[in-house]
Amino acid sequence: MSNSLQEHNHDRGPSTAPVQPRPKRWHHALLAQTRAELRMTLRNPEQLLVSVFIPLGILVFFSTVPVFETETRHAIDSVAPSVLALAVMSSALVSLGIGTGFERYYGVLKRLGTTPLGRPRWILAKLLTVVAIEFLQWLLIIPAALALGWNPAWGWGTAILAALLATLAFGGIGLLLAGTLPGMLNLAVCNALYLVLMLIGGVIIRLSVMPAPLAAFARVLPTAPLTEIMQGAFRPADISLTSWLVLGTWALLAPVAAAVTFRWE
Amino acid sequence: MSNLTVRFGSTTAVNGASFEANAGEITVLLGPNGAGKTTTLECLEGYQTPTAGSVRVCGLDPCRDRSALNERVGIMLQAGGVYTTIRPLEALELFAAYYRHPRPPEELLSFVGLAHRASVPWRNLSGGEQQRLSLALSLVGRPDVVFLDEPSAGVDLTGKELIRGLIGRLRAEGVTVLFTTHDLADLDQLADRIIILDEGIIVADGSPDELLSSASSDSFRFRAQEGLPLAALSEALGVEVVEASPGHYLVGSPPSPGLVARLTSWLAQHEILVGEIQAGRQRLESVFALLTSHAESPEESTASHSSRGTATRGASERANKRAAGRRSQGRGRGRG
Repeated sequence: MSNSLQEHNHDRGPSTAPVQPRPKRWHHALLAQTRAELRMTLRNPEQLLVSVFIPLGILVFFSTVPVFETETRHAIDSVAPSVLALAVMSSALVSLGIGTGFERYYGVLKRLGTTPLGRPRWILAKLLTVVAIEFLQWLLIIPAALALGWNPAWGWGTAILAALLATLAFGGIGLLLAGTLPGMLNLAVCNALYLVLMLIGGVIIRLSVMPAPLAAFARVLPTAPLTEIMQGAFRPADISLTSWLVLGTWALLAPVAAAVTFRWE
Repeated sequence: MSNLTVRFGSTTAVNGASFEANAGEITVLLGPNGAGKTTTLECLEGYQTPTAGSVRVCGLDPCRDRSALNERVGIMLQAGGVYTTIRPLEALELFAAYYRHPRPPEELLSFVGLAHRASVPWRNLSGGEQQRLSLALSLVGRPDVVFLDEPSAGVDLTGKELIRGLIGRLRAEGVTVLFTTHDLADLDQLADRIIILDEGIIVADGSPDELLSSASSDSFRFRAQEGLPLAALSEALGVEVVEASPGHYLVGSPPSPGLVARLTSWLAQHEILVGEIQAGRQRLESVFALLTSHAESPEESTASHSSRGTATRGASERANKRAAGRRSQGRGRGRG
């Protein structure tokens, strides 16, 4: 052991050599970072609660208990698409936002800033992690919904596109909060926002039963358009262009706002 | 680093500090809390942009040339900086993936004495274990230069020895090390060069021997009971007196027969038993205490306006401005 530090110094080359223009294994660090992020997320019980148990709980509860009368259709047919939307929001907004906020709070981001990882790979690893978690969430939710009698039309392409846009939108909002608010405040705001968006985003309660001004307000937030698209994708029903436009705008503006305001310390 | 100045609003954290750390040497930034050590280090690390002056690391600008320096510089923050749920071996493996020529993670892990804690999450490690992992993480990329901010803070004695051993080994490999501390025991056999910072100003800069001998020629020590009225004593002697550690006093003037006589007669008047009076080579803690003597209790600073505190630069002007305060708490008391 005692000599090993020196031994490995030989293959290092002269220390004055100019830094190579392009790191040899660009994707190597990216994959390692994504793997580590994924492992830490899956190990965290609070994250699992938000990502898995809340969506699954809502799915089972609202499809079996007739809280809100649904006229013609099975409850599961409107609950399942909403829960798929909720899963995206919980990963991209809550898990990402809270996790990143604490990394900033504990100086992890500051420390990473002086490693060769770099911001592009860091942000890409975050994105890949969120997408992977969402994939796992859907992998659990979809069979559960089918078992509960969900009978979806083939709208997976639309659903996946909407999920990706929503990932950018909610991820942007999550990073915006994580990069500007102090640790504990960020935790509170992320959770509160999740609850508010769930309540007025058409996830559980349909917009049509809300007061008109509230529904109009909800329609310019990202959750309601996402749920509308998810509902329309599996029904099959027309999806309004406005929903795509609103979601697309959030998907563009939220990450930009996060990038501009993000403070690493 | 030349003429570095950093201001935060109206506060000046570092005020015109200049030094050059020699390659392959261990340089220690020493100073009380709030002296500007961390700020100085953060300028070198690229976290802070200097208000004025310039900073170069390996000839590069830490802010502008950050990506080039990231491969060559290892950093240990004062606290935190690690994912709270990550496990030591995972953390080292992750960092190893960032660098082109990483040290083997398992090897580093046993190197810092954490092999048996390889899969304990960071937040369940003790403070000392966290510091050691932080240190290991700073070494993963085989850096040429290592910046460590209080590497031994909050570490138990065994851990401190381990960390000091590690730093010493880095020197043997030709790595340039710059670290901050307020623990004088860290300097033992470790520091090639000591830079003492106080209120953002470099008050001393030299090898341990230089600091000791320069200061010893015009000051002397004596032992007596703890808590002497320093203000009155300083005034009686016309010379700055500080309590370097409990019961150990430092008089900031050469031990001339007249001065020693005045001291002993003052002590006799006050019926204070004198332990020993000693001139010549002194301990680093005395030098440190004298150079930064205002820090603890400014309310006692009434005496010794005429004092000539030290031979090291900057300090005597400062001693005139601010009189001696009592430094009763024993920073570095553990040093033999």
